[in-house]
Formats: sequence, structure tokens, C-alpha cells
Amino acid sequence: MISFREIQRCFFISLWFVFLTFPIMVVRVNSIEQTVQWRWMNVVYVLVGSFFLSLAFRYFLKRKEMQSGKQETSGDTSGQSLIHRALSVPLYRNSIYAVLLIVAVTFPFLTSTYQVNIMTTALMYVVLGLGLNIVVGLAGLLDLGYVAFYAVGAYTYALLNYHFDLGFWQVLPIGGLLAALFGILLGFPVLRLRGDYLAIVTLGFGEIIRLVLENWGEFSQGPSGVSNIDRPGFFGIELSLDQAILYIYLLMVLFVVVTIFLVNRLQDSRLGRAWIALREDEIACQAMGIDKIKTKLAAFSLGALWAGIIGVVFAAKTTFINPASFTFLESAIILSIVVLGGMGSIIGVIIGALVLILLPEYLRALSEFRMLAFGAILVCMMVFRPQGIIASVRRTYTYKSRKQKQNA
Amino acid sequence: MDYFIELFFSGLSRGAIYALIALGYTMVYGIIGLINFAHGEIYMIGAFTSFIVATILSILGLPLLAIVVLTGLAAVVWSASYGYTIEKIAYQPLRHAPRLSALISAIGMSMFLQNYVLLAQTSDFLPFPSLIPDFHFMEPVAHIVGSTDLVILFTTTVAMIVLTVLVKYTKIGKAMRATAQDRTMAMLVGINVNRVISATFIIGSSLAAIGGLLIASHIGQINFYIGFLAGIKAFTAAVLGGIGSIPGAVLGSIVLGLTESFATGYVSSDYEDVFAFSLLVLILIFKPSGLLGKSDTQKV
Repeated sequence: MISFREIQRCFFISLWFVFLTFPIMVVRVNSIEQTVQWRWMNVVYVLVGSFFLSLAFRYFLKRKEMQSGKQETSGDTSGQSLIHRALSVPLYRNSIYAVLLIVAVTFPFLTSTYQVNIMTTALMYVVLGLGLNIVVGLAGLLDLGYVAFYAVGAYTYALLNYHFDLGFWQVLPIGGLLAALFGILLGFPVLRLRGDYLAIVTLGFGEIIRLVLENWGEFSQGPSGVSNIDRPGFFGIELSLDQAILYIYLLMVLFVVVTIFLVNRLQDSRLGRAWIALREDEIACQAMGIDKIKTKLAAFSLGALWAGIIGVVFAAKTTFINPASFTFLESAIILSIVVLGGMGSIIGVIIGALVLILLPEYLRALSEFRMLAFGAILVCMMVFRPQGIIASVRRTYTYKSRKQKQNA
Repeated sequence: MDYFIELFFSGLSRGAIYALIALGYTMVYGIIGLINFAHGEIYMIGAFTSFIVATILSILGLPLLAIVVLTGLAAVVWSASYGYTIEKIAYQPLRHAPRLSALISAIGMSMFLQNYVLLAQTSDFLPFPSLIPDFHFMEPVAHIVGSTDLVILFTTTVAMIVLTVLVKYTKIGKAMRATAQDRTMAMLVGINVNRVISATFIIGSSLAAIGGLLIASHIGQINFYIGFLAGIKAFTAAVLGGIGSIPGAVLGSIVLGLTESFATGYVSSDYEDVFAFSLLVLILIFKPSGLLGKSDTQKV
């Protein structure tokens, strides 16, 4: 499949990358002590690495082109409908769910507190991903400031707890609703904007919230953040640290289950259909008589609601928050969960969250390269597999109806 | 009054630097309708390349003028190469994909570049050697208008003139304008669209590299994260002036620079970035097409 000419080309490409990365990879200078450090070994790494990467890049690009050609002629899509097929049979589906739930509940009793902590974080990202999935995956509105709502929830709990000594369960609905309110506040003015502009406004909004939290010291205690936040209470019983961690973990399992249920129902509701219509074609959607403003606002505020709730959980779990937890990077991580998993697909988002959050935790050596890998994965995903790990169910649906037609 | 003039000039030079970066955004957007999220990172790489080259040259003991010229050249060459390569890897395969995909790919590229520099260099703030000498002859007004401001304004003006000539009178400039107007039509009349897009990225990246060199020697320190903020602000400026319009980008940058300068001078320096972002949000809400932009009607 790969000819000699192509190998030759890849060699030239890797030479080009050696040139490209030369100053930044090879040279390290200290302008105060006036010393230069040459790292010649990096030349070799770049040369070999970029040679194989460009070979792989070309190979996959070629395969993708061939596949898209094949698809046009045969009308065949979806190479990985196995999961969807398994889930479409109620008996299989229910037993899979039951097994997963049992595993999730027994998990903390079989492993250490450390593992439980990591898993709790991963589950939080599952819910965050599912929340953002409503906005990005279903409604097609790219929200780059999602973490702002997360921050709203976290700070609501932190500050109400600090000033008025309100408990976790009292603040949980308040945090969620306040975040939803912020969602409406942001959504309302930006409704007219499309695509890229919307993304930028949400990014700006997210940064404004973070900067205000950082600079408005009297309100949010500035960069030093709020500490000593109460852990969630359990009917007034004092919990030890281990018990509290277990408690939050089980809460998160519950939240995940509830979220999956609700998002699933939402997806199939009138509103969910309207979101998908909005994503596919805004003008056609309006022509169908869908109230664009209401639909967008609903997407924004519902997505924000989940972020707010998880924000409250986050504050309760870590017992300390500061603005540094709510940077654009966090939004980008949640977005990459949605994109990597498969926009609009619930299973996809769950898998995406588990992969992106758990993998770097268990591969400690890789954690330094985590963000580098995030970036590269986002690019490669968009180039080679824009539909994500698990494509949205809708595609399979089209495929099936066609097949049924042929059979009939 | 002195304070006002001081703020005015610092705002002007700030705006001039934003303009250098904003032009890259506006040109790319004008040609392929994509917000090149990684453009801020190209500017950052320009600053890092300048830092490395300038330090090596100053260790070698070259005269200041030679250092400045060679550093500028290196920054332009490498940034342009990065711009070209990024387009080939992350944007060209997505030419016909939905816009959301291209935007996400651009964000991914931006994250990749940031962390690449972070890992290959350092996360610390690095002290940037001062490349702009003090002009002693202007001692009486020096506290109002710094020599750095003058150098920045002069360099930017020259760059603008070169760019205008390039776009208006050269063959590649004509091809760029034709491609911006209608890509398919441009292809039909025999314009190599891929080459035009590459040229746009190269030109935009070169301008960003000059911006990186100037701002780094103005502020005196660099860091892997500087591209993000500068990129967002330059983008704000481009939107403010009307994205896709070259004079609009310059106008928007100067408005943004002055706004920031006066806001920090008269209100509070803590909220400098908040002003920029608020301005962005307000502009997009009330006039999404920007000051000099054409409002586009969507085709059904």
C-alpha cells in the first residue's frame, strides 16, 4: 500500500520537522547566565518520530479517502455497530446495565481509597461530559466556556457554606439553578450568533467569570480561594474521611445513573428532537416552526444545570476551591471528552470521560504529556474519525431503516 | 494631560501589536472562513524563537543591529514554517468538513503547541533580552513616549504598508482576494487555491512573529502561555473591526488597545482582561459584523 516514493516523501517530511522543531526542541538558553544547552539527541527523536508519524498519517488519510469512496458506492456505514446492536436488544441491554451497576457499587469495597477517589473524579467528568453533550452534541452549539457554570456551582456552595453555614444538600439545588440562570443570562444575548462567534463569546464569558473570581477579593477571596468547605452530610451522622470519600463516590454513581436516565429521556423528547434539528440546520429548523430561542436557551440552561450540580459536588469533594481550577483548559478537557467519545452519543461520552480521565491517572509517566496528547488527539480525531469513538446512534438508525427497506 | 498622552501612546503601541496578530486572523478567516485558534501559539513560537536566537547571538557578541535583524529573520522564518505546517496537518484535511470539526481541530492544535513548548522549554517566565535601545536624543519627552512605543509603531506601519502593497498589487495578492471572494470560482479561473491558502498562512504567521518579537522585548519576559491571551485579544480586535477586513483589523486593534490602556489607567489594572472580554461580548451582541465588516446574509 505504501510505495517507495511515499517512504521517500515521509523522509523529507521528517527532515522538515527537524528543521521546524530545531530551535525549540534542541536549544535551551539561559539569558541571565548567558549559557546555551544543546540537546542533540532530540534531533534523532524528532527525525525518527516524525518519520513514522507521517507514514501513519499518510496511511490513515489514504484509508479514510478509500473508505469514504466505498461508502458512497455501497451506502454502507458504521464499522462498529456491535455496541449499538448489543444495546438494541432489551435483554442484553438490561443485563449489561445491571452488571455495570453492580461493578460500580462494589468497586470501592474491593479497592483502595485512592482508587475510589480517582473513580469519583472520573464519574464527575462523565456527568460534566453528558451535560456539555446536550449543548455541543445535541444542539450543536459550541460552548467553550462551560467551566464557568461549573465554577458558579462550586463557588455557590463554597461561599454559602462559608458565610451562612449551609449544608451540601441545601446548596445542591441552589447551585444547579444558579448555574442554569447563568446559562440563560449568557444564552439570551448570544442567541443571534452562530458557530464560531458563539464559541468565542462563550470563551470570553468563561474567562470573565474566572477573572472576576480572581480579582474580586472581597467576594471570592481572590486567588487564594475558599478552603475548609464542609463535606456532604449524611443525615447528621459524622463521617470519617474514608467514609466520606465512599459516600461521595456512591453519590456520584447515583448522579451518573440519574443523569444517563434524564439525558436519555431528554434526547427522545420533543425538546431533544428540536435540538437535533437545530444542530442539523438552523434555518430549516426554524421553518419547521421550532422556537429557536427557547430551544437554545433550554440547551444552555440544562447543560449549565448539570455543570452547577457537579460544581457543588467538586467543592464538597475537594473541600478547597480557587479560580485556578476553572481555566479554559478545563473547558477544553470536557469538550475533548465529548468529541472523543462521540458527539451526541451517551455511551460514547461515558467512555470518552473514563478514557481521558483514568488513562493519565494510571499512566503516571504519561501525565506530563497529557495535555500534549489531548491536543494531538483532538486534531487526529477531527481528521480521521470526526464522529468519535462511538458514533451517535442516529447514524445507525439511518443504516437500519435502509436495510429494512431492502429486506421488505 | 501628560498622563493622558502617555496612556494614549501606550494604547496605540499596544493596538499596533494586536494589529500584527489580528491581521493573521482576519486574513485566514477571509480566505477559508476558519478561526485559526492556533494563531496565538504561532505568535508565542515567534517570541520563543526570537528569545533563543537573540540569546545565542548576544553570547556570540554580535552588534545590536545585527542581532535585531537576524532575530527578526529567524522569528519570521520559523513562525511562517509553523503556520504552513499547521495548515497542512490540521486544516487542509478538513477543508470540506463541518465548521465545528475545523474549530475543534484548531483548538487541539493550539493545546498541542502550548504543551510542546512547555515540555521542550520550560513553564517558567523567561527574561527576554532588551533588543530596543533607548533613544537618548528624546530625553525631554522620554517619560511620555517611550522609544519602545516608537519602534513598535514604526515597525507596524512598515509591515502594514508592505502588506497593503502585497495584497493590492502583486499576483498572489490578487489571487488571495479572488479566493476570498469565491473559492470555487477562483479555482475555475486557474488559481491554485491550496497555494493561496498556504501563502495566507505564511504571511499571517510572519506578521504574528514580528508581533511576538516586539511584545516580548517590550514586556521583557515570555512564557508558553502568552499566546492564548494575546490570540484571544487579537481575535477580539479582528472581530471588533469586522472579521475578514484588513483595515478593519487595524482599526479594531487600535480601538481595543486604547480602550485597554485608558481602562487600566483610569479605572483599575486588575480588570484589564475583563475589559477586553466584555468589549468582545458587547460587540458581538450588538454588532456581530464589526465596525467595518459587511453583514453576511445566510443563504438557504
